Amino acid sequence: MNFHAIKAIYRFEMARMFRTVVQSIVAPVLSTSLYFVIFGSAIGSRITEIDGVSYGAFIVPGLIMLSVMTESISNSSFAIYFPKFTGTIFEVLSAPVSYGEVLLGYVGAAATKSVIIGSIILATASFFVDIEIAHPIVMATFLVLTCVSFCLFGFILGVWADGWEKLTIVPILVIMPLTFLGGTFYSISMLPPTWQTISLFNPVVYLISGFRWSFYENADVAVGLSLTMTVGFLVACLLAVRYIFKTGYRLRT
Amino acid sequence: MRSVISIKGLTKTYAGGFQALKDVDLEINRGEIFGLLGPNGAGKTTLINIVCGIVNPSGGQVRVDGHDIVTEFRETRARIGLVPQELPTETFETVFNTLRFSRGLFGKPPDNQHIEKVLKSLSLWDKRDTMIMNLSGGMKRRVLIAKALSHEPEVLFLDEPTAGVDVELRQDMWNVVELLREEGVTVILTTHYIEEAEQLADRVGVINNGEIIIVEEKSKLMRDMGKKQLMLHLYDELTEVPAELSRYKLDLSDDRRELTYTYDTQGEHTGITDLIQDLRDAGIRFNDLQTSQSSLEEIFVDLVHRDQ
Repeated sequence: MNFHAIKAIYRFEMARMFRTVVQSIVAPVLSTSLYFVIFGSAIGSRITEIDGVSYGAFIVPGLIMLSVMTESISNSSFAIYFPKFTGTIFEVLSAPVSYGEVLLGYVGAAATKSVIIGSIILATASFFVDIEIAHPIVMATFLVLTCVSFCLFGFILGVWADGWEKLTIVPILVIMPLTFLGGTFYSISMLPPTWQTISLFNPVVYLISGFRWSFYENADVAVGLSLTMTVGFLVACLLAVRYIFKTGYRLRT
Repeated sequence: MRSVISIKGLTKTYAGGFQALKDVDLEINRGEIFGLLGPNGAGKTTLINIVCGIVNPSGGQVRVDGHDIVTEFRETRARIGLVPQELPTETFETVFNTLRFSRGLFGKPPDNQHIEKVLKSLSLWDKRDTMIMNLSGGMKRRVLIAKALSHEPEVLFLDEPTAGVDVELRQDMWNVVELLREEGVTVILTTHYIEEAEQLADRVGVINNGEIIIVEEKSKLMRDMGKKQLMLHLYDELTEVPAELSRYKLDLSDDRRELTYTYDTQGEHTGITDLIQDLRDAGIRFNDLQTSQSSLEEIFVDLVHRDQ
């Protein structure tokens, strides 16, 4: 195993985060704070408790997931797309590294960033509302699994994209709507029965529901099912990455 | 001399059907400087990219220091450094950090002393903390060479290393290549500046339309394929070459004041003495003469045209 290469890629990517600290950390924290101000205080003060949890506290897990998913995709897709765009990918392709090592370096760094951002948002939220974490280990498990899964998804996106538009179109047109409709700001049980059924086809529902359960023990779907769906998404992403690496899809001609 | 790169029956057909390499066989000797010459689209970069692992071969086998580039890619790639044709650099990174990254990527533990040595040899030490985006094109080219040398490769591919650089920098790079030769590094150089290959290469290979036309020692190639010419500046205009001089196959210039005699440098007799005697007998006087020898560039152009 080429540990030096994994370390080099990981350090290089982490250095990029610290170089762009405003974009990487301050921006998501600021936008999350704005969500708290608007939905937590302004609108949330007029909403009664949901399942015994104040509205401000109820949206915290969803907001963390929203940021973590967006940032995971953005970080890892950019990490692999930018070298493709500038041509510096030649060095990675010509280095004595296996695909697994490349993946550990890029996805490991992107997932680390996402976990850091998720933790910062959680800390930020604690300034606005009282937060309880009923199951910290489950919470950490969901957080890490989601970060890794969506970083893998972002990596696939970055390999697939052959232009900046494609790089941004999937997060905006697919991920963002799925996240907003995945119960970030509401409980699925508040929807009419038909929409509840439709919502169950949204994979993000399971991630947010499971994550919220780890905080308040309230869930739209059983936590076991949420965990299964999250692991299922992770496996699907790993299989897609395996295909990319096996065929050299859009990396090697 | 033992070969460090052995290429046998290498083919490459891209997805669109374009056949970039056709059954290429090539041996690169350890420690030599090999000039790979060819016109645009001949297959030089494809060949290099396959050896380095960037492009997948369609068929054939490539071994580096006895290791297969597909099944033993870790062994082969660790031995190779590549300076690509374009200038892809980590725009927002500093010179020093980008070298540290390259060294780590190729599996070498950190060694700031080696990086310092490489940077100093390329006159980049003063720029070590400069972001690459703030460097000139020539400096970026140096950085790419430094990155390729950061992991102490045994084989270095220089794909058009002096394209777009000024004369001074080109000379500096030639000096670096000479130093690498002294250190025993095998250098494979592709270039449009044939003068560069003429100056540096021990052996030369010419590739055209995906096929290797010739591989030969540079000096032998120039000796065997080079032409030597004698130009005679005539005292008086000559309307036509006299019939008694036809055996010399002389060329008369358009202004009818210069005769050119092409002769074989390998021949036992050049025929110059006879020619001068015959010219005097024919009453043709000349007031100056000069000789010229084919450059590698002329030989290269001749080879490529002959192949088409």
